[in-house]
Amino acid sequence: MVAQNIAFGVMVGIMGLSAIRVVTTRNVVHAALYLMVVLATVAGLFLLLGAEFLGITQVLIYIGAVIVLFLFGIMLTGARIGKEKLLSHRNKVPALMIATVITAVSIYAAIDYFGADKLPEETRTSTKEVANSLFSQYIIPFEVASVLLLAALIGAIVIARREPHEENLTK
Amino acid sequence: MIFAVDLLLRDSIGLVEVGIVLLKVGVAFVLLLLGVMLMIWFERKFISDMQNRIGPNLAGPFGIFQTLADGIKLFFKEDQVPAKADPLVFRLAPYLALVPAFLIFTVVPIGGDFSGGGDGTVTWWGRQTFLQVADPPIGFLIILAMSSMAVYGVLLAGWASGSKYPLFSAIRVSAQMVSYEVALGLSFASVLLMSKSFSTHDIVLSQGGYEWNLWMTGLVPFFIFLLAVTAEMNRPPFDLVEAEQELVGGFHTEYSSLRFALFYLAEFMNVITMSGVIVTLFLGGPEGPEPFPLPGWLWGIFWFCLKMVVFLAVFVWFRATLPRFRYDQLMNLGWKLLIPLSLVWFLALATLQVSDNRDWNDFIVLASIFGGFVLVGLLLKRALKTAAHNPDPDLSAPATAENNVEENAGRNTENNFDIENLKEKDLGGKN
Repeated sequence: MVAQNIAFGVMVGIMGLSAIRVVTTRNVVHAALYLMVVLATVAGLFLLLGAEFLGITQVLIYIGAVIVLFLFGIMLTGARIGKEKLLSHRNKVPALMIATVITAVSIYAAIDYFGADKLPEETRTSTKEVANSLFSQYIIPFEVASVLLLAALIGAIVIARREPHEENLTK
Repeated sequence: MIFAVDLLLRDSIGLVEVGIVLLKVGVAFVLLLLGVMLMIWFERKFISDMQNRIGPNLAGPFGIFQTLADGIKLFFKEDQVPAKADPLVFRLAPYLALVPAFLIFTVVPIGGDFSGGGDGTVTWWGRQTFLQVADPPIGFLIILAMSSMAVYGVLLAGWASGSKYPLFSAIRVSAQMVSYEVALGLSFASVLLMSKSFSTHDIVLSQGGYEWNLWMTGLVPFFIFLLAVTAEMNRPPFDLVEAEQELVGGFHTEYSSLRFALFYLAEFMNVITMSGVIVTLFLGGPEGPEPFPLPGWLWGIFWFCLKMVVFLAVFVWFRATLPRFRYDQLMNLGWKLLIPLSLVWFLALATLQVSDNRDWNDFIVLASIFGGFVLVGLLLKRALKTAAHNPDPDLSAPATAENNVEENAGRNTENNFDIENLKEKDLGGKN
């Protein structure tokens, strides 16, 4: 397990540094790129735990789609090159406090629940097992989630789409 | 752990295993670079033939070293970063374009002994292995993930250049690639339905005995995949990213020297890896007849390369024949034709599989699938008609988004844009 521990250490280190840079950098595009690094290391942690499907889905959805849309949106609204003064740092202190509290609570919860438990030697879950449990045991939550996503999608289209008469009003 | 599923790494790992893996990585790297060199030469030569020109003919026999000469020249050119650029991202972008193309190639099986029901293993130094760099159980998803990563190179290059035309190009490409990824994934899923495995090696195995997915999935997913891949690689006729008349040079306008060469390399590497992916998914990979006896794995490599060259020629042929699409035509094709068609086709294939398993009445199943097709077609037509009656202000003016960007880009770059300073693209752009 030594190799896994080393890999874990390296990835957590990169993740921590990038996560700090996400909030301290003064450029929106850089922040999005650091966020991409954080998500990539999360995918790496999933792979280390043997959750291959979750790991690659993390890359596929978060890095391949969500961050791309972030960047797309940022560029459409005009991201400047270089440092931006308007990136708000006013609420630094309360934000730091809230982040500390949340981290402390989740660390305490994890230690309290798992204690000194060790991971089983073989933790690999194959994609087939994930699919089987999704489509048998968890079929109802799965379908509910898909309906929710569809509703969100339609909602987004309705909000974004202006009817022609509204367009005339704004003119 | 996960990687132990690979045949080579199943037992304890010693020096020989590490050596074989390193050898495979090295060979794949060299093969790909060599392939790119030949592919660029092939494209220029083939297009010249189609246009009654001679093409490169001075460097080496038939001009075959032209790419090498161009590469060396670009290597020695001055390496410029524009003053208004974001230096870090500007330097990073070419590598982000190049790496996904490499990573896709690692899961493509380029050969293997499939003769006489063989399972494609070869034995090196007493260890059994596959002729592909890795065979992860999620190889299929790696292809999808990496092809969606490819957008970063272009997107960031466009933004980091700090100039307006590259930015337009970046906006265009991200919309285009995100749209066509859907059709790509759905036609991919049809293959998955037939092969019932994520591993590329198993996908090749499941097509044994000439049950190629090309006809097993009924041709349609193959053509959708071919179109979607062409759009995903930004190759003509979908190369709106670098429409010279509208965008100067597109996203790499500000790039010069080695970094420009890297983008060029990435483009052609994508062509090669994606041709390999098409061969793997739809044409049975290295499978083929063996007219006279040779070591089985040699025939595998031969057939794989032959099939791949067919697709390389098809991509060049597209570029020489088809005019570039307009942006709204591109979006219409993607969203209104390819996505619905691939979705309906996927559902029809799934229905056929279930009916096959349960012994349902063939006639009723086929009739209801046909009915489903008609129903979806009518609904789609109706929806499009309603949309046409009620033109959406945003959609009827396809340039709106770009106008928006233009304002922002103008703010961004002030009067930095100076056409005199554009670097001459020394590979002659697109011949």
